[in-house]
Amino acid sequence: MTTIATSAGIVSDQPQNPEDAPPSFYDLEEHAHPEGYSTMLGFWIYLMSDCLIFAILFACYGVLGGNLAAGPGPRDLFELPLIALNTAMLLFSSMTYGFAMLSMQRGNVRGTQAWLLVTGLFGLCFLGIELYEFSHLIHIGAGPQRSAFLSAFFTLVGTHGLHVTFGIVWLVTLVVQLGRKGLIPANQRRVACLSMFWHFLDVIWIGVFTVVYLMGMLR
Amino acid sequence: MTPHPAPDSGFFLGRLSLEALPLHEPILVATFGVVALGGLALLGLLTKFRLWGYLWHEWFTSVDHKKIGIMYMVLGLVMFLRGFADAVMMRIQQAIAFNGSEGYLTAHHYDQVFTAHGVIMIFFVAMPFVTGLMNYVVPLQIGARDVSFPFLNNFSFWMTTAGAILVMASLFIGEFAQTGWLAFPPLSGLAYSPNVGVDYYLWSLQIAGVGTTLSGINLIVTILRLRAPGMGLMKMPIFTWTSLATNILIVASFPVLTAVLSLLTLDRYVGTNFFTNDFGGSAMMYVNLIWIWGHPEVYILILPLFGVYSEVTSTFCGKRLFGYTSMVYATMVIMILSYLVWLHHFFTMGSGASVNSFFGITTMIISIPTGAKLFNWLFTMYRGRIRYELPMMWTVAFMLTFTIGGMTGVLLAVPPADFVLHNSLFLIAHFHNVIIGGVLFGIFAAINFWWPKAFGFRLNKFWGLVSFWFWVPGFWVAFTPLYVMGLMGVTRRMRVFDDPSLQIWFVIAGIGAAMIAAGIGALLIQIAVSIWKREELRDTTGDPWDGRTLEWATSSPPPEYNFAFTPVIHDLDAWYDMKNRNAGRPQGGYRDIHMPRGTGTGAILAAIALVFGFAMVWHIWWLAGLGFIALIATAIHHTFNYDRDFHIPAAHVAEVEAARARQLEAGQLVTAGT
Repeated sequence: MTTIATSAGIVSDQPQNPEDAPPSFYDLEEHAHPEGYSTMLGFWIYLMSDCLIFAILFACYGVLGGNLAAGPGPRDLFELPLIALNTAMLLFSSMTYGFAMLSMQRGNVRGTQAWLLVTGLFGLCFLGIELYEFSHLIHIGAGPQRSAFLSAFFTLVGTHGLHVTFGIVWLVTLVVQLGRKGLIPANQRRVACLSMFWHFLDVIWIGVFTVVYLMGMLR
Repeated sequence: MTPHPAPDSGFFLGRLSLEALPLHEPILVATFGVVALGGLALLGLLTKFRLWGYLWHEWFTSVDHKKIGIMYMVLGLVMFLRGFADAVMMRIQQAIAFNGSEGYLTAHHYDQVFTAHGVIMIFFVAMPFVTGLMNYVVPLQIGARDVSFPFLNNFSFWMTTAGAILVMASLFIGEFAQTGWLAFPPLSGLAYSPNVGVDYYLWSLQIAGVGTTLSGINLIVTILRLRAPGMGLMKMPIFTWTSLATNILIVASFPVLTAVLSLLTLDRYVGTNFFTNDFGGSAMMYVNLIWIWGHPEVYILILPLFGVYSEVTSTFCGKRLFGYTSMVYATMVIMILSYLVWLHHFFTMGSGASVNSFFGITTMIISIPTGAKLFNWLFTMYRGRIRYELPMMWTVAFMLTFTIGGMTGVLLAVPPADFVLHNSLFLIAHFHNVIIGGVLFGIFAAINFWWPKAFGFRLNKFWGLVSFWFWVPGFWVAFTPLYVMGLMGVTRRMRVFDDPSLQIWFVIAGIGAAMIAAGIGALLIQIAVSIWKREELRDTTGDPWDGRTLEWATSSPPPEYNFAFTPVIHDLDAWYDMKNRNAGRPQGGYRDIHMPRGTGTGAILAAIALVFGFAMVWHIWWLAGLGFIALIATAIHHTFNYDRDFHIPAAHVAEVEAARARQLEAGQLVTAGT
């Protein structure tokens, strides 16, 4: 905490009792805010703005999801076992990210890097499966152009996938930076931000899995 | 005119070819000539006086919130001239297109003009003005040294500028959208707008939108985290409060715009069916989503100006603001309500009586907190010692003008009335009444109010008065005829008219536009004269208006670190309190001050984004790909730079502060001598 000296110190020849003392108007012993003082809050607010983008995509899926235009619907297209596997990949990756955070808190650079890479691998598996699913759908003529339902589906799921892709790019960058500078405060902050990002994507995926896939099969 | 879509002409240039240059439009060729000559002259002067290095090092790469704020204001002013030129073109066209005359603008051109006018005035005039004001004033008012994320701030500014440049490019390369400023599908879809116009619209707004969202996050965090010790939320200056509300609205609504424009982009580039007429698309989805952004947007624009009027009223009446607490609550209530009214923009589109009633009522409710604000201003003036300086004059003009605009708004909020007035000139008159009478008058009040702070000298009052007296009556002459014709049922966006009896109204409106043009001219002269005679107008005190909030506690212009010592706040109107209790400035014991370092990365990233956007507009896929990769690579490269701050040595602070002390002393001697 900063300590606050009285401005009365400037005209200190007048002795004063505490009640009459004019309050201090300047912080004479100010300490600069530590670096990255507000980064976590800022990043959190950014995530909420991103969340709104997903909210809109969910809303579109909700409104347009039934507009099949005489094309295939969720029941015809989705393979739940594959999606379950995919979901597992992402959930595992969130867990391994947790391990990376624990390693970081113990000051273990190598461990942090290793768990980050494992997280990235799970992320890549997730993306691989998703791309397989997409290419399969496009192959059987159920591409994003086929109907409003498929447009909304590809956009919602694809936007999530795009986020995961950026997350992986970020993750690799961070592993390199950890190698160079170690667990300096700036890097710790970055690992923590990516952690929020990664778990956020996990939460979004839970929504996708429930609203798009599970409820789609029920529709 | 290009009635058919330009086919992709090749790998290297996509669909860009010489035909994209509007050589057949004499107006555009002449405009291009003037702009090119002016631009060359400017570049030549910059080179001659060797200002490039100065501009790059001191301004373009600066992360100082004050400089970025000023750059935003310059951007807003430049784009304002462009947007106003569009307005004048429309007024002339409508004043002469009678009795079989087609006027002088083709339909293709006219439709671009009214679209560009709306887009530019909202996104590239009002938004930069508002963002620039908040950027400049908020950190000073809360006693901070800069914003929370200074690099992001610089980046946001350049992204906004890149968007503006892309819009301007459409004037001379290709065309702009012919859809109206919100680009409703299916008109804006590929089937009805196959050319580049809508693509320019989409990419320029997306690029600028990134900047707006980030600057919103930045300012929220700044206000929440960097307030000086002692400044609880309910001791924040009212302008900071309204800025907080505005930035919350930005963060909560611009992502919606980003999303909905992305979906339209997908429809146009990938062939999805979100808003198409076939394959299950729903154009109403777009209309809903864009207004879920669009209505909060108008409050994003007006709320900070409500803050400006509050600061101005209390300063120039020499009184504490009446009803501070109710002002804060009114602001926050407006902020929330602004989310619950979007459907009033399309009452006529078949939502049914119940839904329309709900949105009609929520809309009318907004007039309650707004009315509370008006009474607060009036009660602040009541028995105050009112000084009619320019900011106060603009404030009074605002109160009179905006109240009428607000009342016509309540009229439009009644769904049955809206069925008559929808899409008419009455609506046009209404929103110009609130945006000019509210936002623009507020900007002028703010410029006159804070100019001395930013530059160290006041603005010339005579030319300010000239500008005022052309602007305010000019506004009424220009827009009253539109109210009248709107009530008679004349619809908006018309290029030619059959009924000759209407012509006189459009001629009167044209005269009003000419008066406004004189007002704008006087504003430019006011700035020029003030710079020329700046020594006579010098403010040595840092507090030329007997201000009440912290920005007046430091010198004019403030040092780059704003305050040598962070102020400690005990009362609302902190600076007034400090003056009242003779809080002396500390004269020694300076410390090193920790500051962020400037960087060119923001400008470079925005330049790449501009190239990327241009390539996407023209389907130059290789360039777009390259641009995208360069964007990511530059951003990653930037993260490898850990050296982002430096310390201003205490000795330097001591020098600057000593100079300030001498200036203050000299100022006091002058005052004593007169």
